[in-house]
Amino acid sequence: MNLGDLHRREYGRILASLIRTVGDFDLAEDSLQDAFEAALAQWPAEGPSQNPVAWLIATARHKAVDRLRRRVLAEGKRDQIARLLEPQEDTPVPLDSLRLIFTCCHPALSPEAQVALTLRTVCGLETEAIARAFVVPVPTLSQRLVRAKAKIKGARIPYEVPEDDVLADRLDTVLAVVYLVFNEGYSASFGADLLRADLCTEAIRLGRLLTELLPAEREPKGLLALMLLHDARRDTRTGDDGEFVLLEDQDRSRWDRAKIAEGAALVQEALRARPPGNHAVQAAIAALHAQAPTAGETDWPQIAALYGVLASIYPSPVVELNRAVAIAMADGPEHGLALLQNIDLPGYHLLPAARADLLRRLGRRDEAASAYREALALVTNDAERRYLERRLREVTGCPRRVGATR
Amino acid sequence: MQYLLLIHDDEKQWAKMPEAMKGKFMQEYGEFTQAIVKSGHFRAGSQLQPTSTATTVREKNGKTLTLDGPFAETKEQLGGYYLVECKDLDEAIAIAKRIPSVRASGSGAVIEVRPLVPMSEAARTAAAR
Repeated sequence: MNLGDLHRREYGRILASLIRTVGDFDLAEDSLQDAFEAALAQWPAEGPSQNPVAWLIATARHKAVDRLRRRVLAEGKRDQIARLLEPQEDTPVPLDSLRLIFTCCHPALSPEAQVALTLRTVCGLETEAIARAFVVPVPTLSQRLVRAKAKIKGARIPYEVPEDDVLADRLDTVLAVVYLVFNEGYSASFGADLLRADLCTEAIRLGRLLTELLPAEREPKGLLALMLLHDARRDTRTGDDGEFVLLEDQDRSRWDRAKIAEGAALVQEALRARPPGNHAVQAAIAALHAQAPTAGETDWPQIAALYGVLASIYPSPVVELNRAVAIAMADGPEHGLALLQNIDLPGYHLLPAARADLLRRLGRRDEAASAYREALALVTNDAERRYLERRLREVTGCPRRVGATR
Repeated sequence: MQYLLLIHDDEKQWAKMPEAMKGKFMQEYGEFTQAIVKSGHFRAGSQLQPTSTATTVREKNGKTLTLDGPFAETKEQLGGYYLVECKDLDEAIAIAKRIPSVRASGSGAVIEVRPLVPMSEAARTAAAR
């Protein structure tokens, strides 16, 4: 493995272990940087170490001692140096990775800082890469990281896995961060921005890490399943010209079967929780979509029922909207349309868009056209805008026989 | 590490509260304070008199100005505080969650958790000046 790969794969694990031993984010990061530079200088001539990870940890620890020695006169950090010089096992401990994730996703940090810090430290992404992926100026993102690390130190945010009584709450925050990273990569994956795809990969990696480190928890499995099932369809969501392709029109032969199988198996495990978690139910819905051989064979009654479960554990108008659409597919557009009347989602383009689609399928073209216009006034994503414009042209263009549309 | 827990709530609500409820609330505060004294976290704490008793002293153009009223007019006011000794922020947050004002549903109370600058660091900064 070359040094670049090593950095990519092991950075978070090594940093997690170092933060525990040196007890300071900045010192750990700087010393690890020193260690990688030392490797860059020494390995080409001397060959890489037998155990590169242990070598990097040991070297970084010594670099930390050097850095502390330089500070000693000014600040009196003798205790810390003594502790670092004690003999230690230089292998990463899985628990350290978990500690690092919980610290980075501490609710006392802003959600933006949680995301940035997790990607920077746990995933080892460069500040520039994170800034570009989230379309934030680099100095803004650096500031965010500096401020978050200063708060961890100043307010003494612990480097610990939370106690059982708050674990569920804290885990929710962690999962929210992971899903946000995934969605940022997924929802904007138009065009060829590889950084966006990177975010999906990192989110799935984090999801795997959480399922490995917290094997008794169901929701990390649910989230990992959800991400895998979405990611399996990633390449078919846009056409050659970057246009948005509806689920029913996607080329199912190009879906990633291995990811779907893995996701579906995880759903089974995740659903064993009572009551089932939010991510587990969403993943179960995604699995039903992904496993349908054709769009026409989708199990809509089951999907509608799962949205009902989701609404009961996680009430939200967006969930109601999805449930109404599923019921329209299962029982007929008029049933869905009736449910849509009661949903209040101001400014959300998918509500008029859903109403427009149901009206179109009922052949109520004028009403459909006005609902499409309403959706177009709210939509911000270009690919979705083109889709809505195409539908609007259909309902206002040359009339087709009633019933011929779907 | 010491943390200051600043209790912000709507003092008008407190003023409107029936006496019997006030009594019960104060009793809860008494029990809570007892509990954190016993657990060794308590360093100091008190309820504050309403903002109508507040006076501000401020600097303006090189002079000090004394004025009637609180620092800022807000919907919630600083109504009390605790100073607690905790091992980390999580412990301080856990204590803040037990403060009777935030436990009372519909009170709209907010607790701000502020770490104090550690003594040694403050002394170093002073010595460096």
